[in-house]
Amino acid sequence: MTLVHIGCGAGFSGDRFDASLPILASMAGRHGPKYLLFEVLAERTLAIAQRLRLDDSQAGYSPYLDHYIRPALAGALRHGVRIVSNMGAANPRGAAKRVHRIAEELGLSGVKIAIVSGDDLTEAMSPQEILGAPTMEGIGFAGRPLIAANVYLGARPIAVALATGADVVLVGRTTDSALALGPLIHEFGWAEDDWDRLAAGTIAGHLLECGGQATGAYFADPGFKDVPDLARVGFPIAEIQACGDLVVTKPEGTGGRVSKATITEQVLYEMHDPAAYLVPDVTVDITGMTLAEDGPDRIRLSGVKGHARPPTLKATVCVENGWLGEAEMSYAGPNAFARAELAAAVVRDRLAMQGVNEPARVDIIGAGSVLDGGDAARRQARSLPFYGDYRLRAALLSQRREMAQLVADEVQMLYCSGPAGGGGFRCHVTPQLATASILVDRDRIEAGVQVETIQP
Amino acid sequence: MTMLSVPLHAIAHARAGDKGDVSSIAVIAYAPAHWPVLLEQVTEAAVLKAFAHLGAHSVKRYELPNLMALNFVIPDALQGGVNASLGLDRHGKALSFLLLGDVFVTVPRASLPEGSPYRDD
Repeated sequence: MTLVHIGCGAGFSGDRFDASLPILASMAGRHGPKYLLFEVLAERTLAIAQRLRLDDSQAGYSPYLDHYIRPALAGALRHGVRIVSNMGAANPRGAAKRVHRIAEELGLSGVKIAIVSGDDLTEAMSPQEILGAPTMEGIGFAGRPLIAANVYLGARPIAVALATGADVVLVGRTTDSALALGPLIHEFGWAEDDWDRLAAGTIAGHLLECGGQATGAYFADPGFKDVPDLARVGFPIAEIQACGDLVVTKPEGTGGRVSKATITEQVLYEMHDPAAYLVPDVTVDITGMTLAEDGPDRIRLSGVKGHARPPTLKATVCVENGWLGEAEMSYAGPNAFARAELAAAVVRDRLAMQGVNEPARVDIIGAGSVLDGGDAARRQARSLPFYGDYRLRAALLSQRREMAQLVADEVQMLYCSGPAGGGGFRCHVTPQLATASILVDRDRIEAGVQVETIQP
Repeated sequence: MTMLSVPLHAIAHARAGDKGDVSSIAVIAYAPAHWPVLLEQVTEAAVLKAFAHLGAHSVKRYELPNLMALNFVIPDALQGGVNASLGLDRHGKALSFLLLGDVFVTVPRASLPEGSPYRDD
């Protein structure tokens, strides 16, 4: 029975740089087709990459490419583990050139790299047409400048890229789970309408794509859900059979845990209707899925069902959205909450005096800032210690940079003009991007998808 | 049989995700004995009550008996989400603990695990 082994070395842009090493060590002792994924491309990550590419035609791939590829490349080649990643971001060709360069620096020769391109919607549609499309999951575009628009491609182009014999496949925007489904289609030859298996492969990818979130990371709640050695959490490895049944585990000797609880949290993560989870290749139904323990840190999944793929593809459109100003000041010791509240009132008054119309928010960290949604009544309903440690936080979003700066200035001015004992001022004024999703015609996009091999 | 009203955190765990301004939160029973409690008491209305101050106006609940899990989808719960929220946690990652902390369930005291801090009145 052929088992395909797929590990995940990163679940977001900035995830642990050394997580792939235990996976590669585990892969050394495994037989059969072996893959290592890196998923590093959030919605905004890609928009920022597009912007970098405009400034420099060689740039626009993941800024973390070196961090992930350099430690993993030699081991992957040695153990026959093929790398699949969306580190290509806005420039898969540039990413491939960079990987060739790293290979050269490491003394590795003959590395075969293939890329997938064609996810850039601006190559298929005009900006007017893109910005005129009805949006879902996000804001209306309201005349804001377009930065990027990318379609979530499916797994088929990745399978085609693997068929070239590539050791490394680099893509831009694909649906994250396709990084696993692509290799499975390549290995098992699953047909385009083999819905149940495509659905199972998608769930394998869904469990892998967030890295340690399947294996005990982002899970620990001390005393309720304890996780061993979180500092050395092992990232997931899936072992998939041709029928679609799979086991999720993690490398031997690592921290973390794989249990029904960890798998359940991750399988439902960011899923809306569990009977109709849409990806480009299939509609997934996990309502009949079952989990079973299969030894220590091993969970077996079966019963995933699939239905026909959706008729459209989803694209993320990214536009400029002004500036966010954020500023903080601490108040601590006796009567600290009253002093922080007075500071909050001063900041609000000062913004009003200057005719600021933009939405502003003032929180008091330590008295309920994250779950309260800025609702001061909830904050005041709670009994707070007289001797405390609180941090004023003010935020303002504006299309104009100077207004975002104003909130930072006003909090800083509390140093000499606010209540007693304020300290520890910090501020950030950062440009903002906004995104929304649109649906696009499948044929129109798929006609432009290209797979090519890139030479050093 | 002594019954206790306890935060959902006593009997379940949760993870939150976001898409746009929509929060989705999976709630999972630790023990099979508490799965019926989730089904009966952790209703759409109970969850909406805990999220109304954020601006949420509706909640959709999906049931996954095989996983002892409920999946809640809560539109407009993220105050604009990553696009527009002025809050610290723009993704609403911490909202799993709003659900676990502010939705209460009534359970037999003896059904709570030994050593649970929620067993003390």
